Amino acid sequence: MEIKLTLNGRSLTASIGADTLLIDLVRDHGCYSVKRGCETANCGLCTVLLDGTPVLSCSVLAARVAGRHVQTLEGLQEEAADFVGFIADQGAEQCGFCNPGFVMNTIALLRENHDPTDDEIRAYLAGNLCRCSGYEGQLRGIRAYLDSRKEARA
Amino acid sequence: MLTIGQYVRPESLDEAYALCQKKSSVVLGGMLWLKMQHRSVGTAIDLCGLGLDRIEETETGYRIGAMVPLRALETHAGLAALTQGAMAEALRHIVGVQFRNCATVGGSLWGRFGFSDVLTLFLALDAAVTLHHAGEMPLADFAALPRVTRDILTHVTLPKASQRAVYLSQRNISTDFPVLAVALSERDGRYTCAVGARPMPAAAFADEKGALAQGITEDSARAFAADIAARAVLGGNLRAGADYRRAVCEVLVRRAALALSKEG
Amino acid sequence: MSESRFRVVNQPVRKKDAMQLLLGRPAYVDDVTPHDCLVVKVLRSPHAHALIEEINTDIARKVPGIECIFTYKDVPQKRFTMAGQTFPEPSPYDRLILDRRVRFVGDAVAVVAGETEKVVDKALELIKVKYQVLEPLLDFRAAKDNAILVHPEENWRSLCPVGADNRRNLCASDICGDGNVDAVLASCDEVVDRVYHTKACQQAMMETFRTYTEIDHYGRLHIVSSTQIVFHVRRIIANALDIPKSKIHVEKPRIGGGFGAKQTVVAEVYPALVTWKTGKPAKMIYSREECQIAGSPRHEMEVHVRVGANKDGVIRAIDVYTLSNTGAFGEHGPTTVGLSGHKSIPLYTGNLEAFRFAYDVVYTNVQAAGAYRGYGATQGIFAVESAVSELAARLGIDPVAIREKNMVREGQVMAAYYNEPASACALDRCMARCKELFGWDGKYPVRDMGNGKVRAAGVAMAMQGSGISGVDVGSATLKLSDEGFYNLMIGAADMGTGCDTILAQMAAECLDCSVDDIAVFGADSDASPYDSGSYASSTTYVTGKAVEKACSQLKENICAVAADLLGCAADGLEFAGRTVRKLDGTGEVTLFDIATKSMCGNGTAVEATASHSSPVSPPPFMVGMVEIELDTETGQVDVLDYTAVVDCGTPVNPSLARVQTEGGIVQGIGMALFEDVTYEPTGRIMENSLMQYKLPTRLDMGRLHVEFESSYEPTGPFGAKSIGEIVINTPSPAIAHAIYNATGVWHRELPITPEKVLRGIRRGQA
Repeated sequence: MEIKLTLNGRSLTASIGADTLLIDLVRDHGCYSVKRGCETANCGLCTVLLDGTPVLSCSVLAARVAGRHVQTLEGLQEEAADFVGFIADQGAEQCGFCNPGFVMNTIALLRENHDPTDDEIRAYLAGNLCRCSGYEGQLRGIRAYLDSRKEARA
Repeated sequence: MLTIGQYVRPESLDEAYALCQKKSSVVLGGMLWLKMQHRSVGTAIDLCGLGLDRIEETETGYRIGAMVPLRALETHAGLAALTQGAMAEALRHIVGVQFRNCATVGGSLWGRFGFSDVLTLFLALDAAVTLHHAGEMPLADFAALPRVTRDILTHVTLPKASQRAVYLSQRNISTDFPVLAVALSERDGRYTCAVGARPMPAAAFADEKGALAQGITEDSARAFAADIAARAVLGGNLRAGADYRRAVCEVLVRRAALALSKEG
Repeated sequence: MSESRFRVVNQPVRKKDAMQLLLGRPAYVDDVTPHDCLVVKVLRSPHAHALIEEINTDIARKVPGIECIFTYKDVPQKRFTMAGQTFPEPSPYDRLILDRRVRFVGDAVAVVAGETEKVVDKALELIKVKYQVLEPLLDFRAAKDNAILVHPEENWRSLCPVGADNRRNLCASDICGDGNVDAVLASCDEVVDRVYHTKACQQAMMETFRTYTEIDHYGRLHIVSSTQIVFHVRRIIANALDIPKSKIHVEKPRIGGGFGAKQTVVAEVYPALVTWKTGKPAKMIYSREECQIAGSPRHEMEVHVRVGANKDGVIRAIDVYTLSNTGAFGEHGPTTVGLSGHKSIPLYTGNLEAFRFAYDVVYTNVQAAGAYRGYGATQGIFAVESAVSELAARLGIDPVAIREKNMVREGQVMAAYYNEPASACALDRCMARCKELFGWDGKYPVRDMGNGKVRAAGVAMAMQGSGISGVDVGSATLKLSDEGFYNLMIGAADMGTGCDTILAQMAAECLDCSVDDIAVFGADSDASPYDSGSYASSTTYVTGKAVEKACSQLKENICAVAADLLGCAADGLEFAGRTVRKLDGTGEVTLFDIATKSMCGNGTAVEATASHSSPVSPPPFMVGMVEIELDTETGQVDVLDYTAVVDCGTPVNPSLARVQTEGGIVQGIGMALFEDVTYEPTGRIMENSLMQYKLPTRLDMGRLHVEFESSYEPTGPFGAKSIGEIVINTPSPAIAHAIYNATGVWHRELPITPEKVLRGIRRGQA
């Protein structure tokens, strides 16, 4: 079947199967940041934004996104660049494989909640596994970013 | 792996209902459970075009469309007030925000999963479900229906009531399925205690012995908890055995009762 | 860092690949290899032990889009090992790519390649296999000399004298010691005699095993794989396919985590077989389920410890017997087990009069084990540290004090560690600092918080090694390039650890330039200098030293070119970073000009390759302390605070050393509390997904506090030892200790689930 959607701001007509999953659709269109880490919707690596909401692209039928807006990290480079340098300063990216999903969900968090507490950050990102595990360093990085943003405003 | 022959977005519930009469058809929920299955689906019926993604407040309650994601329930101010936070407490442990943005209340209830936090809480809240063909029925009745029923769950309704509610669960690790879940509510002096992840699907119990009739105290809560733990049929699975569940059931019911006594 | 004696080393430099990874740029196998290649999958055995009587692939082959299906009839009959180890490997040659005998639920039965995943899945369903189901050997305690043999075959081979005997289900067996352990134990006031059990935990790196293969324009097999060991992959695939080593070229892109899993050739053989036989590009992406059931997890071990001490807490003798379960195949079996004694007993060198360490490694019909961070030390340290804590409890001595009394000190010779000296050891300072930072005296042993909840503290020490002494080879090539930047080529594999950056920091320190002036490349079996690979905590210590050596040689070559330019002898010159100048101050030439000259009318290579191997493996040391909150009514354990102080020698990059430590602690917490492996009676693993095998999330680890107390290792680069593995070793014993302090019950089997904790409490009350 054929669907039309907006992928990272560009309209796209894609030929898909009835059982094609969103993760495979976006990877087929060059969005390699979207990773598959499990088959059971437990790892968060495949997080994309669907109409601005973070979802697991491994669990969304491609057919379902017809007419909707899908964003991957490829389309949010500037927004991501704002804070990922703070993660890099901690070395918390480690192997990097979980990073895109983690970054996408952090973007969603910071859009929803401009000034989250540490516990709110942990809770929102609980579905993003990192085996390396950069949890503590990622938190330090996000905290440093939020602090720097506050300083810039002050 | 899951294969799907055709994907359809019906324009009416009647059309959806007609499509789902075929054995090989499946009504899509959040896809989270379905996509893990090794099966061949003939027609996948997506209700996403039917406006079932709204939470409506009515005179008597909240009418929740089957396609409402769990995350929307979790963050809904009205539902938070209605349940004194039990709604968010029941949902916040489920895997992660992205997962809860995908999972739907209809899918969660339709599956009648043993591990379901949603089923556990909604049983205690006196929820009713609306099936397109069979009409409205108490959630407890729906839970007992055979799984092969070819109908479409369209809404779940939570009655507005002056009630108190508490949700507690025990998990081996955060974001995991519960080892045991307890939802306790009280309205007009009537207590409903739902026990979930037994590991069989949640079941609701009333305070048959009237243990709490004279009010909630340490002692009455203990007696109530002992009664529920004795009546609940509990079993074992990968996460824990029946004995552990019984012990935890008693602890959580007691704690829930004591917590309830501190609510409004 | 202000007191650092270094300029680039010991600085928290950003990782060179950090921004690319954080911005999600294509970097991993499946991102950087073609997608229109053959999809390779493996049909897996439903039986733990069986012989294939018939296998019919006729119908499956007819599925449109199927390229080929291979069975045991189609593969070379020479056995090999998938263990990424230096040749001759201690791991036995006990594998075929496909075998008529299947040895665990998940063992490979057939290899299928086709145009799409869908057609391959369809073909997998259509392969008809008739098995002669055999009784499986599932109990590793009964494996030795069992009538059921996992490897009865005649062509099974053990290349090294490790005590292996396939007729006895033995993958390895040995005994060693010093002094008369039985006599000393008999004269001790107190002897703790306990058995500990750890499970076959999964590395569960986020990127599953994956490999792409193609035939290159020279007709060679080109393998792009997520591996820690490009050179070993070359040898192993050549052995498996029975083709010349020269026909294979292996490279790794970025690796999405390894933790030892990718020190075994788990996935590579299957697409390699397909490509070699068909000439077509192929790719295998392991599913998460395959990772869980047919990967290379930690060796399940049962460790029997006897620790003897006097009433005053002087530990005089330790006796360790380890039974290790290598599963269906022997990868890393003979070597992991050694660490269970050799990296636990030496922690108590202080007053030790005698030790004995014996082990058996047995075959069973479960998933083959492999290498996982800690590599046997983790299991042994859980056992020995738990036993020492139990000893302290029995003697009524503070568990920190008993360790201070007996721990290994700098300068001591560690009899149980191959008689190596602890030439750099700050374990005593680690303990003192950790105690202070954690607030031990205020938290130990237990505080009642009301409501059925208690808070309790636990402690553990750990050590590891730094590379495999006398075996591991690290190499580095450095060359001067246009306008004076450098290329650094390595065969070690950065799997997220940051070794590309760490080694560049060392080169920048030596060459008096910035890290940005060093471009790193690796790892590639054709282009990189030989390196055993990134495992055994070797890269910083062994390859780092090679970088240092290569820099010295390169400086000499650069001076030779400069001498030519300056018209003088090279011995009158000194290398000064951006210039080379005459010692007498009469002239200098810039690196820019030297680089330019090197590419025009020059006969001196401005390039140097150096290799390094170390006769010793200096241990890093560490202390971990944990505070838990335990719900005495449900058995729930929450980690509140984990404080660790590490002596890794000089931390070459303090940020990266810190995140390594934090990461290891979180994995260790997972092993201690959550990550279970259980089997159905058929031998099938229940925890076959991340839904059932529960990794810690960021809600499950409490707050982490990490500091360093550095010693200076004289044989290491810039005083460095290692950090990668040691950091996973303290959580299990420290948490088990804290649970004892909370409940009065010792848990000797991992993971310690709430159910076990509550059962323990109730038994204690009964």
